[in-house]
Formats: sequence, structure tokens, C-alpha cells
Amino acid sequence: MKLDDKLYLVRFNTDTLNHIKIADAAVCLKCQDKPCTRICPAHVYDWDDEEKRISVGYEGCLECGTCRVGCPYGNILWGYPRGGFGVSWKNG
Amino acid sequence: MENFDVIVVGGGPAGLSAALSAAKAGMKTVVIERGDYPGTKNVMGGVLYTKATEAVVPDFWQSAPLERPVIEQRYGFLSGDETILAGYRDPVWAQAPYNAHTVLRVKFDRWLAQQAEKAGVMIITETVVEDLLYKGDNVVGVRTGRAEGDLGAKVVILAEGVNAFIAKKAGLAPQMRPDTVAVAVKEIIQLPQEKLEDRFCLEPGQGATIELFGDSTQGMMGTAFIYTNKDSLSIGVGALLEPLIRTKWTPNDLLEALKAKPYVKRLIQGGETKEYLAHLIPEGGYNAMPKLHRQGVLVVGDTAMLVNGLNREGSNLAMTSGKMAGEVAAQCIQSGDLSDQGMSLYEQRMRDSFVVKDLYKFRRLGRFFETHPHFLKVYPEIAANAMHLYFTADETSKKERQKQIMKMVFEKRAKGGLVSDVFGAWRAILK
Repeated sequence: MKLDDKLYLVRFNTDTLNHIKIADAAVCLKCQDKPCTRICPAHVYDWDDEEKRISVGYEGCLECGTCRVGCPYGNILWGYPRGGFGVSWKNG
Repeated sequence: MENFDVIVVGGGPAGLSAALSAAKAGMKTVVIERGDYPGTKNVMGGVLYTKATEAVVPDFWQSAPLERPVIEQRYGFLSGDETILAGYRDPVWAQAPYNAHTVLRVKFDRWLAQQAEKAGVMIITETVVEDLLYKGDNVVGVRTGRAEGDLGAKVVILAEGVNAFIAKKAGLAPQMRPDTVAVAVKEIIQLPQEKLEDRFCLEPGQGATIELFGDSTQGMMGTAFIYTNKDSLSIGVGALLEPLIRTKWTPNDLLEALKAKPYVKRLIQGGETKEYLAHLIPEGGYNAMPKLHRQGVLVVGDTAMLVNGLNREGSNLAMTSGKMAGEVAAQCIQSGDLSDQGMSLYEQRMRDSFVVKDLYKFRRLGRFFETHPHFLKVYPEIAANAMHLYFTADETSKKERQKQIMKMVFEKRAKGGLVSDVFGAWRAILK
């Protein structure tokens, strides 16, 4: 089963405010491995080769916090969405 | 600013247990939860332990939304397409006082919050706590994300989950590292009750759990699990973040690889995936535990790294720690001693309980699997090969067969390595 099809099953109350920030885009340029593009269970992070930066699809964030621990440069400023926003599990 | 005796940050099992026990001791208590209601942000594999839950809500099984009582625990090693299984079943676990139940946290946590409300706890939802409030060095409340959202308290209990933002800001918890957390993903797969019970050999209403090691995580430190709910399975896999980064697997690919294993495939066949979930598991153990208290603050549950990965226990450690914290908070408030020294009673009680004793006992385990990776890759392979050889009936004599097996074992792992592995395992697990 494809990840996109699974994410389609998740209930979100999407905030208009992005709760994830890349601290310094220049750091991502230097980062060879870019683990954020793999370790995020929802594939929120993707390398945009044209714009030479990490694109962040915060709307699909499952709020686990893996990215924050896994970024080797501590370059992902991840926090919780505002109260009442974000993922809202159906089963848990 | 509204004032409370106790503010609990986070409405999971640890926080709600803390709130319940504080309220029962007469404290004016509030739980601040960031979800729509307690449960909507909460994820675990799915096993709730009776003893720890009963201590918080007596006879909870009569009214709590539980899935199935666990009467069988199966353990398996996967090596390629091969499977080695062991298990224990006792139908007595299908009756009170039970041992454990499977649960779905959205339902269970909501119910637990209702029990807290009945005990007088106030629950504020859709609110993120941003920081502690200080007066000089003393903690006097919390700042929330709401306008004019400051709330005063004599004691703040941090039950904010694994990400522990506030505990880190307060200098209590260290930053997490890729070798102290596991990433877990799981699916809820719906199956008709009868089909589910047939596949797991269960009487109506009974439940089973399966933990799978080895190739279930592609040899990474971690486990996979399959738990039976009423009319669905919780199937998931958790792997330590460090090897996950190194091996370049994605969490979803790990889960899909697990689902494709011959043993697993047949159990979930025909089921419909209803939800895909992700969560971090604090795996740092005893050595990564934060400071559990400071003046006016206590730390509980995942925020305190209270997970015993080897025995897949977490919810029980969370609830036990929460209950103790609620009681100690009330005691300190009543005695008027909210100093760090006064609050250290919580740590003392935790150290005297199974919670910290178990974490201490397995304190070498994480490091052990890091330095002995063969346990999760080479040994399952050796065991599977040995069984394959042993159970294959052909014209080889059993004596010759045993020789073949020993030869295979020593080819895959040198004698010296075997001895060091056995000693290391004894030291990390049994000693």
C-alpha cells in the first residue's frame, strides 16, 4: 500500500499556519544525506531540486517529532501545531 | 489568572492518572491537552496493563472501552521468509483480574479523562502549553498558547509525551538523540471478528499479541507487533532512529516489508487499512532519564523516558508514575514543602517501585544491541537454518545432522564471538 493512500486515511484539522520551519536553507544545501526526506513517516520533507531547498508539506505532519531528532544539523524547527489543529487520530 | 493546586500538562495515561490521584486527594486540578479531547493526539502499540490501570480506576474493566483481554503472547524471530515462534497462552487471563488488554487510545484516553472529570478534574482542550511560569526561581504556573492564557499552580506535572518540550526548556530533560528514540508506525487493519478469532485461535472476545524480532525490522534494533482489537488488528513496527538513518529505510517501507512476510501476510489478508499512525518511543532507558523533579515540578510517563522496550511495557509505567506524582504533589502541597528536596519524595517512590527498578535492570540493553548487532540479524538466521536442517526429514542420520548444524553455526559466528555474545546477553538481560 502506498504511503499517499495511507495518509489519505488520516484525519487532519489543517492550520493555515505552518508549524515547521527550516532554520537555515543553506545548511540543507551542504547536507549530503538529507535523512529528513526518508525518516519522516509521512514524507513531509522533500528535496526540491529546482529551488535547491527542502520543501515542507506541514499539512501532512503526523506530529511524531522524528525530524527534529533525526536532522544531523538540528536545522528543523519542529513544534506542535496550535491547539486544536493538526492530526486528529480516529483510533490511536 | 486562574489558580490551581495542580496543573497537568498533557492528557495521556500518565497525565490523567496524575490528575485523578491529585483530585482524589482533594487538590484543585486541571489537565491541559492540545487535542480536541484527550486521546486524539495519542498513539501506542496498544497494550494496557491491568494492575497499573486498576490502581488508578478500580474495576475499570467493567466500564472502560477495552478491545480484548490478552490470553496469549507470541514471540517470533523472522529470517527472510522463515519464522521461528514461541508463545504462552492461559485462558485464565480472559477473566478478572486479567493481565492486560488491547486498547485503542482515542477511545480509552477519552474514557479515562471522563473518569478524571467525575473526580473533579477540569480538562482544558485544544490548548498548547508553551512554557512554565516562574517567580524568581520558583515555578508558579504555565503559559499557554491562548490569549491571556496564563494559569497559576503550586505544582506542575509534566506529562507532555515523548517530545518533552517543556521538560527540555526547564533544563530537566536532555535533548533526544537518534540512539535514544525509536520511530514507530502502525496501521489499524479491519477484519471481521470471526475471521480474526479463527486466525489467532481465539474464543469469542479473547485477544492475542505477537512481537516479532529480527528481519521484522530488517535486523535493526526494534520490534514489530500485531495486536488483536475487537474487529481490527494493530500492526506496527518500531526501529531505533540511528540505524534507520544509517540503513536508509523509510518507516513505511519497513511496515510494508513486514506486511509482506509470509507469516504476517496470511494474518492480515483481506483486511482493510483504516488508519496509518506514527509515534516516537523513548528508548533511552535508565541512562537517558531526565531529572524527575525540581521545585514545583514533577516529570512522568514518556516525558520521563519510562519505557521498558524489552517487555514492551510503557502504559503501565506511565500510569504508575502518574499516580505517584499526583499523590506526591498533593502531599507536598498539604505539607507546604514545594522545594526540590520536598518533591524528591516522588523520585524516591519511583526508585522503590518496579518502574525505575526495571529500567535500571535493563540499563545496559540499548548499548548491548548496538555492540552486538548479530542478535537481531545473524542469530535469527542461525536459528532458522538450524531448525530447517533439523526438521528436514531425509536420509541424513541425526548424528550427521547435528554435525552439520554445529558446522553451520560456527561458520556464521566464531566460537569466541558466541561466548562473548552469551556473556553479554546474560549481563544485559538476566543479571
